[in-house]
Order: sequence, then structure tokens, then C-alpha cells
Amino acid sequence: MTDKARSPITSAAAAKHLKRRRAADGRFRYYGLTAILTALGALAVLAVSIGSQALSAATYNVVRYDITLDPAVVAPEGKSRPADISRNVEGFYSLIRDNLLDTFPEAQEDRVLRRELSDFVTRLAVLPTARLVAKNPELIGSQITVTAPLNDDLDLYLKGGGVRERKIRTGLIASVQAGAEGTYALQGAGAFDKLIAGLTVAGEGRATDAVQMDVLLTSGASTGRLTSITPGAATMELLTGKAEDFTNDRPTARIILSPESERTISDRQIAWTLALKDMGRIKREPRWTLLTNSDSTYPELAGGLSAIVGSLLTMLVTALVAMPIGVLAAVYLEEFAPRNRVTEFIEVNINNLAAVPSIVFGLLGAALYINFLGMPRSAPLVGGLVLALMTFPVVIIASRAALKAVPPSVRSGALAVGASQMQTVFHHVVPLAAPGILTGAILGMARALGETAPLLLIGMVAFVGDVPKSPMDESTVMPVLIFSWSNNAERSWEPLTAAMIVILLAFLLLMNGLVVFLRRKYERRW
Amino acid sequence: MDTSQGMSPVVDNNLTLPPIADAAAAPRIDCRNIKVFYGETQAIHDVSMSFPDRAVTALIGPSGCGKSTFLRCLNRMNDTIENCRVEGQILMDGENINDADVDPVLLRSRVGMVFQKPNPFPKSIYDNIAYGPRIHGLANGREDLDAIVEKSLRRAGLWDEVKDRLMAPGTGLSGGQQQRLCIARAIAVQPEVILMDEPCSALDPIATARIEELIDELRNRYCIVIVTHSMQQAARVSQRTAFFHLGNLVELGDTSQIFTNPREKRTEDYITGRFG
Repeated sequence: MTDKARSPITSAAAAKHLKRRRAADGRFRYYGLTAILTALGALAVLAVSIGSQALSAATYNVVRYDITLDPAVVAPEGKSRPADISRNVEGFYSLIRDNLLDTFPEAQEDRVLRRELSDFVTRLAVLPTARLVAKNPELIGSQITVTAPLNDDLDLYLKGGGVRERKIRTGLIASVQAGAEGTYALQGAGAFDKLIAGLTVAGEGRATDAVQMDVLLTSGASTGRLTSITPGAATMELLTGKAEDFTNDRPTARIILSPESERTISDRQIAWTLALKDMGRIKREPRWTLLTNSDSTYPELAGGLSAIVGSLLTMLVTALVAMPIGVLAAVYLEEFAPRNRVTEFIEVNINNLAAVPSIVFGLLGAALYINFLGMPRSAPLVGGLVLALMTFPVVIIASRAALKAVPPSVRSGALAVGASQMQTVFHHVVPLAAPGILTGAILGMARALGETAPLLLIGMVAFVGDVPKSPMDESTVMPVLIFSWSNNAERSWEPLTAAMIVILLAFLLLMNGLVVFLRRKYERRW
Repeated sequence: MDTSQGMSPVVDNNLTLPPIADAAAAPRIDCRNIKVFYGETQAIHDVSMSFPDRAVTALIGPSGCGKSTFLRCLNRMNDTIENCRVEGQILMDGENINDADVDPVLLRSRVGMVFQKPNPFPKSIYDNIAYGPRIHGLANGREDLDAIVEKSLRRAGLWDEVKDRLMAPGTGLSGGQQQRLCIARAIAVQPEVILMDEPCSALDPIATARIEELIDELRNRYCIVIVTHSMQQAARVSQRTAFFHLGNLVELGDTSQIFTNPREKRTEDYITGRFG
């Protein structure tokens, strides 16, 4: 570097000044880095929290049932047409319930237990089976194996959510003796030492009998509830299965930290679920129904198909309306319109329009399309038109920017060989601006795809159980479905909502990917 | 400087050339009392001059003197500039091209233009040339169009360099080649007049020399008007030179006379480098 003695540039004052400037440079770099890391961190937190939730909704537990399709139940006299069979929910449901009652005979006589067992399957879960049989009537009379999703609360329990519990392996049970009223005395030297220690920890030091905790003991397909525990002996109330299963076994104890009255699932239901699992009848499967089912009031049956189709139809309408109007308006304003007060006024207002809160467009849509023009409520047609109103200023602005970016030399080149202005614009300028125009249009559409508020106002928030077949049918869209699901109280909706968000994000990523692809493919340099 | 005899590989001698007429004889364009206004500002003050056929006329002058503006009057490119107003008569074949009923689109097919910066369309070399003939319906079918493209490229001295890659993008050529492509593009619509707005200012000396050779060849068929900043270039390629200053035509004459024996003081000051 420069010689200090000779150069006035490196005088003490200059050095100090330089040092300050370097420090400012360094600080600025540090701020920038911090900003980026903060943004990335926020993104990572979002991805992890939604992703982990969604992951648990990506699979679900289904129960297998071997049922015999009794003609008298499935297709009774006078109700044997395929259409009737496919709607015979009650018949098919009774087959499944009977199958469960056969598996767990203890529930047969007790009305409360019967209802608890009935909760295992939602009635509507048999619809796919009913449709299958309606399509293949030759199955009637034969034995078939069907699967139906497990009740959402039990599903959540099996996935380790909903109910807090602690599992402890007990020692060897030496003998089991039947006592009064279905209770059994279990004995084994020191068999329950660890369990008692666990109870003390779980009860946070309070005396074991003062804490309201249920302890379930499971051995194979049998489960009982412990009513009293000492280190060497315990009394058990058998919930399901056979007491003999516990003899010479080291059963698993489950300390359930919330009392039965505060749970959505009973001890008995847990016992049955564990039994079905032990029998190998519960299997965790990928939840394709999230994409193939429509909305339902039961989380285990709910899916996003109707919302996805609704979104696609809505986007179709938006694209068909907003893109031509937006692009043509942009081309006119940029290439043809004379520069005067009127065009200036229009330009300012287009920019203002792009900044109008989306809910205002919803009000406008409700007033204009539904009340004034009498279009149907909740229809993708209206939704698409509302979103088109919202999108087309964005399309105009993006398209004008793209048209402006086309160098004027291209225009003069075309004009100089005798092209008319329209030929110049449509042969040269618009093709060159097309990647930019498309980028803007797709980004505008992506914004519209994620829009909720205006669609609430035109009634697209209604519960829609059917897949819309045309833009005139009742429908909902993905973000509105997410909104509706997140309003539901049951805990199993949480992962479902997250999964639906992931699906929506996947669509948005797809659209943004398309933008990048188009830009790479058609970008031209001049 | 003599550029007229056999030094050019650019021209294809197979093409039959029409007989060369006396350069200064027939005026191709006759401008009378041209005034150009940008809004309130007057850029050209009452200029009258004529351009002979089959000769190169150079417009020289310092920056902002109005020579480019004047050039752009000749094919009504000023129409595309907002606030720009042209007064006066420009006669071509006895017709005033400033008349409202003259379609600038048709005019521009008769008066081609080459710009300062090469501006080929971002399309293939072939499409660059074929675009003009296509929109004017000059070709009957593909073969005809091929012939026009080849002829234009040959006249622009570019054929041998690009004949094997006609479908390659025109923007991929070198600067000088791009400018010759633009000249070929202008030729393809069979103009009578070619306007060149500082065609070499973005090019290196070798490419410039090539364009100058080309201009010299093209002079045999077209009335060429070239705006240039380089007085040497004007001296090399033109037969007649017009000196503009502050929107006025100061002096017009044979190139040799302007550069050796200017009548006006201002012209002399400019060409000797006292201002500009």
C-alpha cells in the first residue's frame, strides 16, 4: 500500500475517516445479512410448522372389515337397483357395526357401549363401498374386505396427539384371579414398582390416589383399567379381551393424563382401538382422500377436491376475462393512446385500482353480479369475475412495464420497412413483451388464487359437498376452504388445514415455477 | 478519395445493373420550405433542398443541428414522435408526401431507412429480410421470397457470410454484419430512396469501411441520403453535401466544393474543426 510518511492520503485524519467509512460499509453488510437471515428464518419456521402439521394429515388410519354382503341388508326387496344400493348407507353401515360388535361382544348388550363402538366409523364412510357394490352387483352375497377410515379422534390418538399419555412396561404378572363384577386381581412380585414411580412423576409429586389419572393395562388384544395399584398387586377392570392374556406377561401400562370426562375418546374406545391394532386390522395409509374427496363435516372423510376444482374453474374464468382485457388495455395505453389528460387520468386510476383492498371488490361483485345482474351465488363464474376485476389492473401494470421494456429501435425498425402501427405492435412489440406480460398475468393469477376475502362476500364460503361441474355450480375455493376448516373446533382439523395449505402452496409454487420456466424459455436479448 | 473503382467484393456482379445516370441530374426528392417544430420549439428553419437520384447526399453539422430531424421528414418518421409538426412540401414524383392523404406506410416502402444503432428484429436473418416483402405482399410464394432474400443479402454484401445460417438469429451477427443486415432489410422492400442516420457511428473502422464500400455500390441504384458526424466519411462516400447549423441549411454543394472551397464562413469553421 501507500507509504505513510510520504502520502498525505494516509494522514491520521484520513485514516480515521477511512476507518469510519469501512465500519459503515461493514455495518451495512451486517444489517443486510441480518435482514436476509430473519426473512429466511421466518420462512423456515413457517415451512416447518405447517409442514410438520401437514405431514401428520398426509396419512391416516383405516380399519379393515370382513363383511358378508347379505342381500336382505344391502339390496332389500324393492331397493335393489344400483342407484338404491349406492345410497343404502344405513344397510352397509349396519354390516360394519355388526362386524365390530362381533369383534367386541362386550358391547352387544350395553346401549352406551354400543354407541361408543358405533363412533368408530362415520356412517358416510361406507359410501365408497356402497358405490362399489352398486357397480358390481355380482358381489352381493359374497364376503368382501373393505376399509373405512377410523374416527378422527382415535386416529389422532394413534398418531400420538389429542390425549397425553405415558407408556410404562410393567413387570411379570404371575397370576390373574377373577373378582367381583368383571374385576380381576393381578399379582406379581414388584410388577408395578415402575408404574407407581411413573405415576408419582406424572402426578407431579402428589399422592397417587389424589390424582385423577386413568391407567390402562394392555396385553395383546386385551386391555383393562387399573382401579388400585400396590407394588405387588393391582385390581383391574377388564375393558376388552380376555383376562388370561395377562398371565405370565409383561403388559404395557398407559398412564393417561386427562380424566375420561375431559376427553373426546373413552377408555373403552382406546382399548378397542389398541385391540384392532393388535389384530392387525388398523393400517396407516396415505391420505389420498384429501385430493379425491369433497368437503365433509367429518374430518376423516373431508377432502379438498371440490375446492381444488372450484379454484381451477374460478381461475379459468379469471384468466379468460382478466388476461385479454388487461393485455389489450395495456397495449392500447402504451402504444396507441394519445398522451393527454384523459389517458393520464386513466393511468392514475388503474394504479389506484391495483391498490384497492380486495374485500372491496367482493362488495362490488356482490352488488353488481349477484344483486344487479342476478348471477348465481357461490358460483366460480362470479368468483372468477370478481377476481378478474382485482387482477386486471395488475395485468395492465405488468404488461405496460413489459411493453415499455421493448427497445424503441425495434419499433422504428418495423415502421421504417413500412409496417403499419398495428403491424409493428402485434408483429414485433407484443411478441417481445410476451414473456413479461405472461409473467405479470400469472403472478396476478397466483395472487387471485390465494384470495379469500372477496369470495366470502359472494357466498363462496358455503359448505359444498359436490364437485362443481361447471362455473355455474355452487363451489368453494382452496383458500376459503382453509378458512372454513380452520374455524372448526375439533382438533383433527388442524393437521387437515395445514395439509390443505400445503396443497394451495403447491399450486402457487407450480404457477411461479411456470413463470420462471416461461421467462427462461422465451426471454430474448437485444 | 476514390472509392468508385473495383475494390469491392461486396457487390455481386451477376446482377444486371441499370445504366448509371449522371449523378446530379434528376432530383429524386425536392424539399420546399421545410419547417419542423417540437411543440413550441422550431428545430428546422425553412429548409429547401433537393436530392438527386443515384447519388449520395451527406448531411453534416454539429450535434443538435437538425440533420437527423430533417432526414426523418423524408419518410415521415417524425409522425411517430408526439408533438412533432412538419410544415412545407416534400415532392416525390411530383407528389407532396406531407399531404394528409399520403399513407406513411406506403411512403416508407419507397423510402427505406437505416438507423444509427443496428436494430435487426430479434428473429432469424431470413425473417428479418422477409418481413418487409411479406407485409407488402411483394412475394408470390416461398420461392419468390427466397429469391428476394438472397438478392437483398447479395446487394448488401452479406450473402456469402450468412447463406449457411439464414435461420440463425439476426441479433447474433457482429455489429457491422447487423448493420448490413439492416441495409438488406431496407433494400428488400424495393425502395427508391435509402435514408441512413449515422449508420457507422456504432461500428469499428473496419466495419465502417465495409459499409462505406456498400454505400458506394448502392449509389448505382438508389438515391441515398446519409447523416454523418464524420466529415471524412461524408467526403469519402457522398457526391453532394449539405451543412446544417442550428436548424438552418447553411450550405449545399458538391462534396468536393464544400470540403475544398466552402462559400460560407461557418462551413469552413466547421470542416476545419473550429467548432462542432
